[in-house]
Amino acid sequence: MGQQQVKEIILKIIETIAPDADLSDVKSDVRLRDQLDMDSMDFLDIVMELRKRYKVEVPKEDYMQLETLDSCAAYLAPKFEAVAAS
Amino acid sequence: MVRRHEAPSRSTPMHYDVAIIGAGMSGLAAGIRLAYFDKRVCILEKHYAYGGLNSYYTIDGRSFDVGLHAVTNFAPPNVRQAPLAKLCRQLRLTRDDFAMHPQRFSEIRFPGRTLRFSNDIAELTDEVAREFPHQKDAFQRLLTVVREYNDVRLDAKPLSARRVLRAHIDDPVLTEMLLCPLMYYGSAEEHDMDFTQFVTMFKSILLEGFARPVDGVRTIIKMLVRKYRSCGGKLRMQCGVDRINVKGGTVESIVLDSGEQITADVVFSSAGFHETMGMCSDHSQNVPDDPVGRISFVETIAVLDEHPHQLGHDAAIVFFNDSDVFDYAVPNELVDLRSGVICCPTNYEGHESVKDSLFRVTWLANYARWNSLDEVAYREAKASLLADFRRRGESVIPGFSPHIVYTDMFTPRTIQRFTGHANGAVYGSPRKRRDGRTRVENLFICGTDQGFLGIIGAMLSGVTIANLHVLSQA
Ligand SMILES: Cc1cc2nc3c(=O)[nH]c(=O)nc-3n(C[C@H](O)[C@H](O)[C@H](O)COP(=O)(O)OP(=O)(O)OC[C@H]3O[C@@H](n4cnc5c(N)ncnc54)[C@H](O)[C@@H]3O)c2cc1C
Repeated sequence: MGQQQVKEIILKIIETIAPDADLSDVKSDVRLRDQLDMDSMDFLDIVMELRKRYKVEVPKEDYMQLETLDSCAAYLAPKFEAVAAS
Repeated sequence: MVRRHEAPSRSTPMHYDVAIIGAGMSGLAAGIRLAYFDKRVCILEKHYAYGGLNSYYTIDGRSFDVGLHAVTNFAPPNVRQAPLAKLCRQLRLTRDDFAMHPQRFSEIRFPGRTLRFSNDIAELTDEVAREFPHQKDAFQRLLTVVREYNDVRLDAKPLSARRVLRAHIDDPVLTEMLLCPLMYYGSAEEHDMDFTQFVTMFKSILLEGFARPVDGVRTIIKMLVRKYRSCGGKLRMQCGVDRINVKGGTVESIVLDSGEQITADVVFSSAGFHETMGMCSDHSQNVPDDPVGRISFVETIAVLDEHPHQLGHDAAIVFFNDSDVFDYAVPNELVDLRSGVICCPTNYEGHESVKDSLFRVTWLANYARWNSLDEVAYREAKASLLADFRRRGESVIPGFSPHIVYTDMFTPRTIQRFTGHANGAVYGSPRKRRDGRTRVENLFICGTDQGFLGIIGAMLSGVTIANLHVLSQA
């Protein structure tokens, strides 16, 4: 799966968590926490939705890999590949 | 995950990922979180109605709420870190699901002084400057302290709210006037409250404010139940938990009143800390030094033939106290009439079309006293309180009594009977277990005795405990 696709998946998930968030202009390289006023509860939800929808697991020690859309894409793309291959 | 929905049988008990004791606000919210993320969850509720401390009932064709004077925490939708916004995100609900209408204003009434507040803190700030001109700056400084204080961390140290207030506010009457609504709506402690709890209540009542669904708490409860079921959660009513079998420091099984056994990897209980520990088979797990809560209330509800605002009374809520010192404690008598809360639900915006116009008064009450009465004395005590209720009504609406068309009343005894909380203690034990842990490894407390109080608080409590002990544990 391409990195662009991963970013779209993450944005879709954020939309589910926070339907009121304005996602029209999310910068790929700026911390999601700062752009969208997200807290640790919201990040837990991204992790939980990834597991629920795509069977992708993110261990606790890797949560900081989800800081920006770019880092999400880099970290998650191989994981999506691995799930698809299994 | 494959769901197993086999029929219960004596030999193989039903097994769940999580069993939750109690279908009140906290149990339902925890259940939604867990079921949404595909956990096999079962909520076990003793009563035939859900809602617990904030349930609803119908008598003679009239609908009443047990609790619900006000849904607190009504922050504007753009404040994303406000508890209500967090809760909506966590439960995948929208603000519209709560169908809430804001208050116009409420009041704190002491002898010769009134502080009016609304969902805009500027109104209270002006009122403080008017009634207490010398405290204007002090109040601003207090606001800054409250705004900057992190009250949601789970490891805050105990600190006396009165002590902090003394350091900021010189006029003791202002201190008492601020404590009055905050203690009434959320202190399990007598005389003083913990500063963290003070900040939580200050934010939820004075900085954020009040709202209410037109149909009352049933709107919220039905919505929660619907959401829970749509996520695949199981809800069993009239299904009290009799015993929690503990072996080697973990829950081995749960035994229902019917004798049926259930097993679960994790158990949440919203029944209260003491109450839950009392169910555990291994009493060495009981922690004797946790104080049992004692704060309880009696509430009288009248249906009026006209809306209170048509009779000249416009405040949604009035917190009153008849002297300059506010004494928040369990009274020695049945009831302490010197202070209390008056709630008029139809004084909220958008409530003009509501059929029954209610007028409710809540006072501090003594559970042991009420519980010691035999049936005749109990009825007499209620009748006598009705006279006090009329007098209180007259004090805000002259010519009040002839407008009463129906009355109902509940006492600490009613609260104990329907929710199982010892002493009818509405806010549970003064000692809170913020991380929900007990000495039993897989048994956690949510709701009242975890420490987030009120409707929004209890729901956040369920969410927090579900996140902390199940969902973030991969
Ligand atoms: C009169 C009154 C007015 C209130 N007004 C307001 C208000 O205006 N605004 C506000 O925000 N809050 C208000 N509250 C407070 C609010 O209702 C509570 O803080 C909140 O509902 C607590 O929810 P909970 O889930 O922690 O506990 P509960 O609602 O008590 O839930 C516990 C549940 O567990 C069940 N249970 C107990 N033992 C067992 C057992 N052995 N087996 C199975 N089930 C069991 C009980 O039946 C109950 O349903 C009011 C409360 C009262 C009593």
